[in-house]
Amino acid sequence: MNHLSEAVRWLLDAATWSGPTGLGVRTVEHLQYTLVAVLLSAAIALPIGLAIGHFGRGKNVAVAGTGVVRALPTLGLLTLVALFTGLGLTAPMVAFITLAVPSIIAGAYSGVESVDPRVVDAARAQGMNGWQTLLTVQIPLGLPLIIGGIRLAVLQVVGTATIAAYVGAGGLGVPLFLGLRTNDYPLLLAASLVVIALAIVLDGAFDLAQRLIRRLPGFA
Amino acid sequence: MGIEFRRVTKTYPDGTRAVGDFSLVVPSHSLTVLLGSSGSGKTTLLRMVNRMVDPTSGQVLIDDADVAAEAPVALRRRIGYVMQHSGLLPHRRVIDNVATVPRLNGASRREARERAAELLAVVGLDPSLGSRYPGQLSGGQQQRVGVARALAGDPNILLMDEPFGSVDPLVRIELQRELKRIHTELRKTIIFVTHDIDEALTLGDQIVVLRPGGEIAQTGAPPEIVENPRDDFVAQFLGVAGGRRSLRATVRDDGGLSISDSTGRPLGILEALPSKAPGSLPGG
Repeated sequence: MNHLSEAVRWLLDAATWSGPTGLGVRTVEHLQYTLVAVLLSAAIALPIGLAIGHFGRGKNVAVAGTGVVRALPTLGLLTLVALFTGLGLTAPMVAFITLAVPSIIAGAYSGVESVDPRVVDAARAQGMNGWQTLLTVQIPLGLPLIIGGIRLAVLQVVGTATIAAYVGAGGLGVPLFLGLRTNDYPLLLAASLVVIALAIVLDGAFDLAQRLIRRLPGFA
Repeated sequence: MGIEFRRVTKTYPDGTRAVGDFSLVVPSHSLTVLLGSSGSGKTTLLRMVNRMVDPTSGQVLIDDADVAAEAPVALRRRIGYVMQHSGLLPHRRVIDNVATVPRLNGASRREARERAAELLAVVGLDPSLGSRYPGQLSGGQQQRVGVARALAGDPNILLMDEPFGSVDPLVRIELQRELKRIHTELRKTIIFVTHDIDEALTLGDQIVVLRPGGEIAQTGAPPEIVENPRDDFVAQFLGVAGGRRSLRATVRDDGGLSISDSTGRPLGILEALPSKAPGSLPGG
């Protein structure tokens, strides 16, 4: 309890957040890593997931593949990649993307699959081609679940992004690992609290977005 | 625009034969009903016309041209399609649902919406409903929108797959009447799939009674089929054998004739006798 109150007091001090190595900079770095990792993951995973949903093929491969990938220990993967790429941001990014891709793929194909097949059939029967069906019917109507996958990915990455500091990059892992190494538990706790707060805020934002979409006409 | 099925079969990969050696000519501007219970292949046959299903063997021709030679997407845009569950896009306004095909054909949004508004009127809907979403409409209204959407590309052919199957009986009768009016006015070639015998007799210029497995049991105009069912299957299916269509007249107190079927179910009142009446009325 003492550690916790110290941590909170430290967080409430404006000086904590300022400066080139202050918590403000670390938080921004942390969010940047999350954003970049999720964007890159989405660029890889959305086309794959949407294609699986649209064509109704490859789902077994995707489920098996993502199962294997999810079983990889992130820290082990990070260390392994860092052996080749050295210190810096590359190895953590590879780890984060590996973490995020399965969720986004699963969300994307679930979203496309969730659309009433009769509506898709009718769209095709009116003369929509595959792209038109995907872009104007399957993606819009599958959006809640597609965003759900991205939401999951964001949460996983924002929680794991601390390990970037493990191989010399920035983010909220820097104060966390510093606290760990110097037995500065209030510092460790404070950094963790910020990560938790980020996760809660981001999750809330996604929750709100999903609620708003579901309130649009056509999403029963 | 005539449609011809030429020795069409459809066998699915699991070995199920949906359609076996089916040949039929659907004359231009006619309303042909494919009548059969589930498993008779009627929907499969319908979907062969716009290549939602490709036959295993045989040909489907529109104006003597094999549909297999045409790209499915282009073909579908010039053939109207109405399905049982309206299949409307739930996230688009009614007007934009109706405007789908004109938009696909390259019309501007404004042109397409103007066309769509006209069509809402054609199918008997208040154009103000155009700004609603499909979920805000009744089942009958949704089916009307479905018909309007199918007509929006001004197709020569309209395919209708049990379009009125999920609306209540009163609305169904109303929709059937509207369809007859639209057919008379627009003179589209219509293939209409149903398992409802009364609907078939109401709408069809030509009725094709199907057996399970997509074989024709009998083809003919409604009176021909009712008066001369070719075999027991057709008679059973139409209810001729069960007595549903064996009608009896009874004299009422006021001297008029009341009609019932052989099971005693009252059907209505006889309003006119033929000028050359038979000598005696059976069961009178």
